[in-house]
Amino acid sequence: MHELSIALGIVKIAEDETAKANAEKVTKIELEIGVLANIDLDSLNFVWDAAVQETVLEKAEKEIIVVEGRGKCIDCDTEFEMENIYDCCPNCNSNFKGILKGKELRVKSLEVI
Amino acid sequence: MCGTCGCGSDNNGPTILKPGEHKHSHNEQHHHHEDEHSHSHNEHHHHDGHSHSHEHSHDHKHKVLEIEQDILQNNQLLAARNKGYFEAKNIFVINMVSSPGSGKTSILERTLVDLKSEIPFYVIEGDQQTLNDANRIDVLNIPVIQINTGKGCHLESDTIFEAVKKLEIKDNAILMIENVGNLVCPSMFDLGESKRVVIISTTEGEDKPIKYPDMFHTSDVCIINKIDLLPYVNIDVNKLKNYALQVNPNLQFFEVSATTGEGMEAWYKWLKENIV
Repeated sequence: MHELSIALGIVKIAEDETAKANAEKVTKIELEIGVLANIDLDSLNFVWDAAVQETVLEKAEKEIIVVEGRGKCIDCDTEFEMENIYDCCPNCNSNFKGILKGKELRVKSLEVI
Repeated sequence: MCGTCGCGSDNNGPTILKPGEHKHSHNEQHHHHEDEHSHSHNEHHHHDGHSHSHEHSHDHKHKVLEIEQDILQNNQLLAARNKGYFEAKNIFVINMVSSPGSGKTSILERTLVDLKSEIPFYVIEGDQQTLNDANRIDVLNIPVIQINTGKGCHLESDTIFEAVKKLEIKDNAILMIENVGNLVCPSMFDLGESKRVVIISTTEGEDKPIKYPDMFHTSDVCIINKIDLLPYVNIDVNKLKNYALQVNPNLQFFEVSATTGEGMEAWYKWLKENIV
């Protein structure tokens, strides 16, 4: 259940940034989470309420932007969509690839008052 | 966050102990829940009342902050700090990861017994509870620290930083970190290690690498343990390797039995090559 650590990491970022902006609390938080980031969104939602309790995020609306996975084959340069980290190149079946997108695990923005 | 009541507190963090040391009493550590029981229930960290005033000062105060910050950044920064320390002191650090029961501690014990006359070793043991693993290492006269993560399912770089300070490691050594037995969560948390070693045993399914791909994706070495059991178990080691290579084509394999010692020489050779 590393999603709890992730949620607490988000809380820390929100607390720090809200303090920096001299704001009181967060009304909306935008997260970017890639499909290859090893985060189970159901688990994250499950721990969310407990993690944000008594923090600046307690009343915040949470929006998760899911980033699709994309890889590029090292052998034949084909770009392809990835659902799993072990997907091979659909053109030449090589397992050697670079991951272009899908590992994101980011706080994109905060709306504060 | 407190795992008991869900309130925000860091006091329920990991404990870091040497064999023979004792934990503080639960009351002291666990942010005084016992004391609070004497207060009225309403005061118990404001679960009911929400007495603070919610001013509704409207939109003109709204501000959007474009943060674009990596959520794991804190862990990564401290991992980088650990790494710098290790490199400066020429300490080769292994992060051992696997599901529970694949033989991490047994491989560690055998390695320490066989190599401790040649290489100075230090060990950090990670488990949710007990000093059992640290005690197993302690009898071999190897400096060891146990981290109990409590409800945590993985080690993080800040805890390693604290444990390393306590270990007082000398230069030119090998530090073995045995992570919490868990094939999912530890994959996301860099500890500042030089190499990550994933262990899988022949009693596990050959498709485990694609069932838990992230751990195999982030590892450098894969040790296949319990090969002495091959005549009795239904596993195709080549298939297992192919699945693992599908996830991570750069993986290097060692097939060993920590019980009989078979195959351990190749692993030792690799270890020695890495500390020169």
